[in-house]
Amino acid sequence: MATTTLTPVATRSRSALYAWLTTTDHKKIGILYVINSFIFFFIGGLLALGVRTELAQPGLQFVTAAAYNEMFTMHATFMIFLFVIPMLAGFGNYIVPLQIGAPDMAFPRINALSFWMLPLGGILLLLSFVTGGSAAAGWTSYAPLSEDRALAATGTGQDLWIVALVLIGTSSILGAINFLVTMFKMRAPGMTLFRMPIMVWTVLVTSVLVLMATPVITSALIMLFIDRNYGGAFFDPSRGGDAILYQNIFWFYSHPAVYVMVLPAMGMVSEILPVFSRKPLFGYKAFIFATAAIGALGFSVWAHHMFTTGAVYLPFFSIMTFLIAVPTGVKMFNWVFTMWGGQIMLKTPLLFALGFLSMFLIGGINGAFSASVPVDFALHDTYWVVAHLHYVLFGGSVFGIMGGFYYWFPKMTGRMMNETVGKTQFVLMFIGFNLTFFPMHELGLLGMPRRIADYSSTAGWNDLNLLATFGGFTIAASMGLFLWNVFLSLRSGAVAGDDPWEANTLEWATTSPPPAYNFDHLPEIRSERPVFDARHGRAVVDH
Amino acid sequence: MTTDSHLAIPEEHNPLASMPHDTHGGISNPVLGMLLFITSEVMFFGGLFAAYFSIRASAAQWPPNNPQTNEPFHLQVLPIVSTDGIISVSFVLIATILLVLSSFSCQYAVWKIRSDDRTRFLRAMAVTIALGIVFLLMQVTDYAILGSEGLTLSSGTYGTTYYTLTGFHGAHVFGGVIMLAVVLYRGMVGQFSSKHYDAVEGASLYWHFVDVVWILLFSLLYLLPGKTPTT
Repeated sequence: MATTTLTPVATRSRSALYAWLTTTDHKKIGILYVINSFIFFFIGGLLALGVRTELAQPGLQFVTAAAYNEMFTMHATFMIFLFVIPMLAGFGNYIVPLQIGAPDMAFPRINALSFWMLPLGGILLLLSFVTGGSAAAGWTSYAPLSEDRALAATGTGQDLWIVALVLIGTSSILGAINFLVTMFKMRAPGMTLFRMPIMVWTVLVTSVLVLMATPVITSALIMLFIDRNYGGAFFDPSRGGDAILYQNIFWFYSHPAVYVMVLPAMGMVSEILPVFSRKPLFGYKAFIFATAAIGALGFSVWAHHMFTTGAVYLPFFSIMTFLIAVPTGVKMFNWVFTMWGGQIMLKTPLLFALGFLSMFLIGGINGAFSASVPVDFALHDTYWVVAHLHYVLFGGSVFGIMGGFYYWFPKMTGRMMNETVGKTQFVLMFIGFNLTFFPMHELGLLGMPRRIADYSSTAGWNDLNLLATFGGFTIAASMGLFLWNVFLSLRSGAVAGDDPWEANTLEWATTSPPPAYNFDHLPEIRSERPVFDARHGRAVVDH
Repeated sequence: MTTDSHLAIPEEHNPLASMPHDTHGGISNPVLGMLLFITSEVMFFGGLFAAYFSIRASAAQWPPNNPQTNEPFHLQVLPIVSTDGIISVSFVLIATILLVLSSFSCQYAVWKIRSDDRTRFLRAMAVTIALGIVFLLMQVTDYAILGSEGLTLSSGTYGTTYYTLTGFHGAHVFGGVIMLAVVLYRGMVGQFSSKHYDAVEGASLYWHFVDVVWILLFSLLYLLPGKTPTT
């Protein structure tokens, strides 16, 4: 059209950076989330390598015990609060509006605010390393240890940690509100709730968890801050306070947070499996109800982290914890039967999804052991727990995130990722992961406690620790391959086209990358697979 | 049509024009957002209340003794004149009544903007803000009086819970006053009408929430009978 005015190219390139810094486009914000999360993933990964290097042999070779405390505390803090949770929120940001056929999130400027709080929180945490040492009381920051100002380990760094976590939590809460309003109010015509893709459903349940749980840890952090800085007595038993109270409030958030960290990864896997099996998801509604059940049950199990305190009602929390295995098992059946009889395309996203399935299964089973009270009394605070949580959060969430990254990278950038490098990365990561964390089961059973910088050379833990360290560096090598693949694919990856995977959901009905307004036109939405319907003629299925 | 459609957004790509989302009826985006935000605030205060109940339940005596006088702390509801003629001032009951009244004036403002009565809407909004500010001033005065009597943030669990709970409530009143002031300003420049008043509705919901929290706090801190140690 002659009257259409195009923005001059020169102006566009000059303001490209400015445009990224001030964007309210959910896709750009989503990509910013992903980049920011990967930066902190690599920082957290370096700290993990530090931990593994120190533990490779008995004795203190590389760091002091105090520095070791900082390393494992900040490793967990970065990985949980600045990598897994925001990474999944970032994918949600990019994918959810596209999958429900919306032009953007409901509150685009609040969306930008949610994002920018994260690097700010991250910088505060990083600053703590140069202001007299970071937080070092573990990522759980249990009182009274975290309140003891006499300890060098809990100086200014602990306060910065509290402030950063409140910021990051506020970011999560605002993000959750944004997701929920977007899902409830911005769906395209025809996109009923029970036609929403599973990824959207998992982000919905996650958002409810964030909305209900995150403010509670904010309250715990604020009480901790008041105790530390203004002479409060909340968690100080010597003045009538209650140290167990901190644990209760902390875990009331931090157990649901476990599901915040895994449900969207389950959503990603549930997008990948049907596409690469050429079948619809088996039991779509059962999956949704299982997700909701996990979310609801997630609020009733927090005290299983506190069995050994003797201050919680053991049978209730034990039974509720076992109950969570039921909806999780339902999902396992959903996934396995989705692949059953399908035409499996063994591409990299599917490999990572299979990695998720197998590793998360192990993480579920070794978790069920600890749900049993007598077993937990033996295993509490040993390396068994470290093995369990990494099988869930690394074997589960990180494999899911990697799968999602390979799956949606073509949509986000318009380029395919390299399959050969991708598959090599998967194999290396899978082997490295199991070398690192499988021996920790054995170490836990042998009685090795977590959070120790040194151990006796005669305890029989030497070989397994060395093996775990070797595995840790194998994971690092696989991440090097990943970075190489991203670089390679951005520079010279094959052009993806709109729908390289012949997928099902609406994000594949627009260009790669999508325009700022997302869709030129939407296909008719008559099922949870509108793009499949459009490709294969009108659907007859109606939910 | 140009080949690169990403560069320019033609008229028909106006998101709202091209995609008729269900904007008719139902709850509006800002109001739903505010309700969800209030949900998160309920959970935040839930954490603080849980701490209060837990500490209170495990204490042998509540309120505990004031180290300055060796008498139990006492939060006074009514202003009283003692036998020696000294008036003990307590603003809390007056402040409570004013805050409850402000909820009514706030709702009145919402009803008035719904019927396009902008003058009464603005007046009611101004009254609400004034009541909120008076509440805050009374709270500050009360803090000063209580502090002089020995009740401080660092004077044990009683002071810590009292100041944390009422302090965070006060901070929320302050936030609410700012929110209402923005609404008042936007109303004065004519941004609201019976067809467009989501921000008024949202701010009003928030104000009611803050009011309800205070009623709970007032009942807990001032009215709920304490317990004496069983000897």
